[in-house]
Amino acid sequence: MSLNAVSARLPSTKLTLSVAVFSMMLGLVGCNKASTPEQDTDAETTAPVAEQGVATDSAATDDGQVVTIYSSRNEQLIQPLLDKYTEETGVKIELVTDKTGPLMARLQAEGKNTPADMLLTVDAGNLWQAAQQGLLQPVSSTVLETNVPAKYRDPKGQWTGLSLRARTIFYDPSKVDATQLSTYADLADPKWKGKLCLRTSKAVYNQSLVASMIENLGEEKTEQVIRGWVDNLATDVFSDDTSMLEAIAAGQCEVGLANSYYYGRILDEKPNFPVKIFWANQDTTGTHVNISGAGVIANSDNPDGALKLMEWLSSDKAQGVYASADKEYPVKEGIDESELLRSWGEFKQDAINVQKFGSLQTQAIKMMDKAGYK
Amino acid sequence: MMTMPKASDRQDDTANDNNVGSDNNHQAVSQDHAVRKRITSKSVLGLISLFMLIPILVVLLSWTQPVADIWTHMREYVLPQVLKNTAILLLMVTTISGTIGTALAWVTSMYRFPGQRFFSWALMLPLAMPAYVLAFVTVGIVDFSGPLQTALRDLGISTAIPSVRNVWGAGLVLSLAFYPYVYLLARQAFLSQGRRAIEAGQMLGLSRSRIFFRLALPQALPWVIGGLLLASMETLADFGAVSVFNVDTFTTAIYKAWFGFFSLTTAAQLAALLIGVIFIVVLFEQYWQARRGNAVTQGSNRRFDASTPAKIAMMLLCTTMFLIAFLIPFLQLLYWTAMNFRQDFDARYIDFVANSLIIASMTTLFIAFLAIIIAWVKRQYPDKTTKLLTTLANLGYVVPGTVLAVGVFIPIAWVDNQLIAFGITSHQVLSGSVIVMLLALSTRFMTVSFQPVDRQLQRLTVNQEAAAKLLSDSPLQRWRQVVLPVLSPGVLTALLMGFVEVMKEMPITLMTRRQGWDTLAVRVFEMTSEGMWARAALPSLLIVLVGLLPVWILLRQSDKTG
Repeated sequence: MSLNAVSARLPSTKLTLSVAVFSMMLGLVGCNKASTPEQDTDAETTAPVAEQGVATDSAATDDGQVVTIYSSRNEQLIQPLLDKYTEETGVKIELVTDKTGPLMARLQAEGKNTPADMLLTVDAGNLWQAAQQGLLQPVSSTVLETNVPAKYRDPKGQWTGLSLRARTIFYDPSKVDATQLSTYADLADPKWKGKLCLRTSKAVYNQSLVASMIENLGEEKTEQVIRGWVDNLATDVFSDDTSMLEAIAAGQCEVGLANSYYYGRILDEKPNFPVKIFWANQDTTGTHVNISGAGVIANSDNPDGALKLMEWLSSDKAQGVYASADKEYPVKEGIDESELLRSWGEFKQDAINVQKFGSLQTQAIKMMDKAGYK
Repeated sequence: MMTMPKASDRQDDTANDNNVGSDNNHQAVSQDHAVRKRITSKSVLGLISLFMLIPILVVLLSWTQPVADIWTHMREYVLPQVLKNTAILLLMVTTISGTIGTALAWVTSMYRFPGQRFFSWALMLPLAMPAYVLAFVTVGIVDFSGPLQTALRDLGISTAIPSVRNVWGAGLVLSLAFYPYVYLLARQAFLSQGRRAIEAGQMLGLSRSRIFFRLALPQALPWVIGGLLLASMETLADFGAVSVFNVDTFTTAIYKAWFGFFSLTTAAQLAALLIGVIFIVVLFEQYWQARRGNAVTQGSNRRFDASTPAKIAMMLLCTTMFLIAFLIPFLQLLYWTAMNFRQDFDARYIDFVANSLIIASMTTLFIAFLAIIIAWVKRQYPDKTTKLLTTLANLGYVVPGTVLAVGVFIPIAWVDNQLIAFGITSHQVLSGSVIVMLLALSTRFMTVSFQPVDRQLQRLTVNQEAAAKLLSDSPLQRWRQVVLPVLSPGVLTALLMGFVEVMKEMPITLMTRRQGWDTLAVRVFEMTSEGMWARAALPSLLIVLVGLLPVWILLRQSDKTG
């Protein structure tokens, strides 16, 4: 009897729920997007002009516009900045998060009717790919050109870096003396046998690092280095930087490679974390630096809004937040870094243009596969 | 028909037109009616299957443009390892979750031992724990820097626990995560199967093990296999858990082709291979099932007694499984949540929970409804085309979520673009609406609903159905009084399993949710994508907690069936 009661009651509550949902959906569909296309006279943005007639539907928007962002950046890291922008300008921001691959597929499928105005990703390789696929449009902005050094921007202006992520060496100071450390390539030396920890080669940061090594050292030498790394591994590779750093702290290995902000986040919680940072390649090419960055979507209805937001993100105020909240390095020079970042010292950055990470990515992955770097 | 005289032809025609007349005419009418019904049923099934197939077809269409150099590389350096790993994982999951799931189901449903009542539901709890969550919690606990080995080192024990971040660790965790499928279905079988036969076996002096292997297991096998099929498909489609262990499988190869080489084409081609393999497996399973009878008799609900050592052994087995597959990971989640609660919890969580609940309920209802239709048509017309269509409708489960999401999104965006092009709407109506999410998730989880409904429907004997036909003219009444009572346990299982599955699902939800429509699983993604495992604990814990309720109902229900 009570079985029937259960089975009878269950669907009925669900039914109520779903009725509620359906009516909600009807509501949502009605008041979806509200962007007012502004006539964009920028000579370089030819693509969207043809489509701008399409989006004139928008119901009366209040003074502000809407910028829709497709983002593979962690929501909680970027949202506070975006909120600040809305507060300052009244421009509303819609944020859609996913991994870069699906976001690009989504942009492709939506084509000229995409609601997206801006693509926000981590890693230059991803931005380069988006540009390759024709998803971004070139913009010229003196603000961006002033704020962002040329090596962190696409030469054609299709995307720009907004924050820097340094990937460098970390070590256990109880077992390793800083004088023993030098370059990424040196970690392939047999002296590190059984002492090296690495994150998986599937991580785009490692792919970009290897891409930069291919550029700096040449193909042959880079492959030797990767084989050396694999030979030196203390344990199976890790799926993320944080647990790799924890492994060094726990004594499973003595050296490893990680992005500096992961280290910073750990230090926030455990100030006595027994791992030290070492800036790699200071006597040679400089430490490998990647970007998080953004570009204006080729089919954006509001390319101006997207560009303005990008410019704002490169401004002193926003750049300061990158350094303090996320422990990343500001892309703009002369920004006051957080105390923590200052404590890690100044370092020389690799001079390579980050777009190389994109063009060499395939080669880098293939090389790591061949060398048995999982 | 061809030799029929013209006169009779005409007679048939008039009979159809007039719809009244002699006995002969009446028969012709009902034959015609049957044909029409058959055609309608089959076209409904065909439509559902086609609908479920569209995303897969969209993905498969990419076969047309091969990317030679990436393929060469994949074949040479990636696929050998991938195939080996995938095989190991499948072997481990089927063996371990098959054995454990069946053993636990048998023990808890047939024996009396201390804690039996508790374990019979508690052992189902891991169903609420997403595999990716179990994976990161396990690594968090067991890895070198985790609390277990740290504590051992502090005690001066230099540990010999091997690294779990490899295919063996992944295999174990997936087995732990997926054994509930086998457990659940096997329990359903043991509780309701012919106890009389078992009692007869007892009277004839068969040993317990013989009763199990000769009587009970063969009868329960279709259910066990059904559970194993779900477990294997989950294993093949899993991305989250294997990524935590950094194991290269078919799925990760698909993602590598896509996210690494940016060749969605190669990714789709790999997915097509995967689908092909599964298609063969499912067809084989159907062929095998078709050769089995479905003799089911009801019986008393008496449990066996066991010797004290046997009781202790059962208790130990159940306790161990409960601890490692649920309680310890659950406590770890609780601990992490407590550590980060103040930082992480805010009002938005009400929305996350509500969104998760709503989408899970909607999808679950929808697919249960479709599952009943499919299973019913399959039963009425068990020919080859029907079986093929049924198989096709159930294929979505094996396609890795992100790939399936793209397969759903592309046609939806296309429709939207057409609507805009023809001036019907001015912007996307469908993409980003909850409907897309519903469709995508339905495609993925169809089979989770179908398996229990189908298997339950097989219990409706031909005699029962024939008797029902004799006793009542109204099909509606027959459904209400005969079919539905038989079907309802299966439908409830379908509803609840589907519900838990949707709650746990991540990639499809990510891709198809509308802006701001975040669920608990999306929250987990936000945290884990940055390696913040401890901070993924709160949403994970909520997924588990919300999932527990259906699991509990499920068990109460399956207990009563017996």
